Amino acid sequence: MTVETKSISVITGNKAAAEAARLARVDVVAAYPITPQSPVVEALSKYIETGILDAEFITVESEHSAMGVCIGAAASGSRVFTASSANGLAYMCEQLSWAAGSRLPIVMGCANRAMSAPWSVLNDQQDAMSQRDQGWIQLYCRNNQEIFDTFLQGFRIAEQVQLPVMVCYDGYILSHTVMPVDIPEQEQVDAYLPPYSVHTVLDPDTPRNINPVTLADPRLNGDGVLCHGYMEFRYLMQQAHQEAMDVIVAADVEFESCFGRSWGGLTWSHKLDDADTVLLAAGSLAGEATIAADTLREEGIRAGVLGLRSYRPFPAAALAAQLAGARLVVVFDKSLSYGYGGPICIDLQAALMNHRLSPEIHGYIAGLGGRDIKARELTAAVQESVAWVKQEKALKPTGWINLKL
Amino acid sequence: MGQTRDCGQKTAMSWPCVGEAGRTGDWRTTRPVVDPDKCIAARKDKIVCMQCWMFCPDNVISRTAPPEIDLEYCKGCGICVQVCPSQAIEMRPEHAENAEASVMEEAPCDS
Ligand code: SF4
Ligand code: SF4
Repeated sequence: MTVETKSISVITGNKAAAEAARLARVDVVAAYPITPQSPVVEALSKYIETGILDAEFITVESEHSAMGVCIGAAASGSRVFTASSANGLAYMCEQLSWAAGSRLPIVMGCANRAMSAPWSVLNDQQDAMSQRDQGWIQLYCRNNQEIFDTFLQGFRIAEQVQLPVMVCYDGYILSHTVMPVDIPEQEQVDAYLPPYSVHTVLDPDTPRNINPVTLADPRLNGDGVLCHGYMEFRYLMQQAHQEAMDVIVAADVEFESCFGRSWGGLTWSHKLDDADTVLLAAGSLAGEATIAADTLREEGIRAGVLGLRSYRPFPAAALAAQLAGARLVVVFDKSLSYGYGGPICIDLQAALMNHRLSPEIHGYIAGLGGRDIKARELTAAVQESVAWVKQEKALKPTGWINLKL
Repeated sequence: MGQTRDCGQKTAMSWPCVGEAGRTGDWRTTRPVVDPDKCIAARKDKIVCMQCWMFCPDNVISRTAPPEIDLEYCKGCGICVQVCPSQAIEMRPEHAENAEASVMEEAPCDS
């Protein structure tokens, strides 16, 4: 469908994130500056200072405290936003787990940046991927419009399934690069994103203690009600992630009906229908892969792209359904589970194994620490894999694109 | 043990009430038993001494003569035994036969 375009702004990914938080009418922003995320919260602090956004900006001395403030604010019923990157995100690590375990719908931006050491401020996805198991939903964006739109979707998803959402976008490649972004009117956003209604918990009229010591086994509380033990709470968190798969899809469908744009929900694809060779990646790299796929098609390889939008929950069934016809899947990871392989690649291998699919799956590590990666290099990697399969060679080790060692 | 889903919680929480953190009595492996023949307060039938009442970290010992212990919430730490100047309290194993012989002569909690 076509929806009337109100206003196109040419802005960075960081500005798109800040605009989304503004239009989502966040109540509280708490953040600590870190490159390449800082311009997001600088913009929000300006909006709040000048009265454009009616919210509290709470300055803190660290990312750990930033997430602590977000947790408190979300628990008392505020819509909350923060953003971070790399070392800052790592410093937040302990509180990320508290946020998810408390089932608080915090939305944060992660402008993806390489982890130290050695010191780097440039892009890869190691920071967010390293936080995989904290219980957060992680969505990856491929351009600035998707960043803006995914933040709005993120609040809906978070508030519906009561899990925090991390919207991930590549540092510099998206965070500092300007692109046209359609910014809707406040009323349109309000119609899509209703005000946050609290499921929990801090209220002076009914004082309570959240996250008291919870023992292994269920126990009676002071009123004699049998309450969950630790495992019951954790099972419910897993169940919420499972439910989130449908909710992520629905949030995108609804988004399309409000704004005329869809991003595919859990995954998206490019020329996938008849593809037997599939390039799979997340974020801006997956956008680059579409150019590679087009080139490969010109050379007679039936290539397509399957883009991963939701990394957690991992849409195993959706990926398997779309890869049923694939003979070769080439996965590009911008991070690494050291001692094994690219995190998306190893998850995909397990997912397809579970779904009784056995295409050849080749993993490539690309673009660590901001190493430039061009479509022609992705094309060459796929050609290498195609040749490998033709020669029926043994297990292919993980490739490192553009490594000069 | 039944099922927990009726508690309706997604976030672990408690609210102010007696035993807010749950019935800590189920942590206990040994229980304190007061011997009224040795307890100063019991012998004088007066609110005296009360060291056990003062030091119990769970606030489950009554300020009475003799002091009474709420076994629903006594976590069995044994601090009362340590502070009693007349060795009037001893810890007895839970689930052992002699655990039944509470000097308090009250039904023990159902744990
Ligand atoms: S001091 Fe410890 S053992 Fe004694 S009554 Fe209190 S909780 Fe129970
Ligand atoms: S501390 Fe010992 S003697 Fe003193 S009141 Fe308690 S039981 Fe009795």
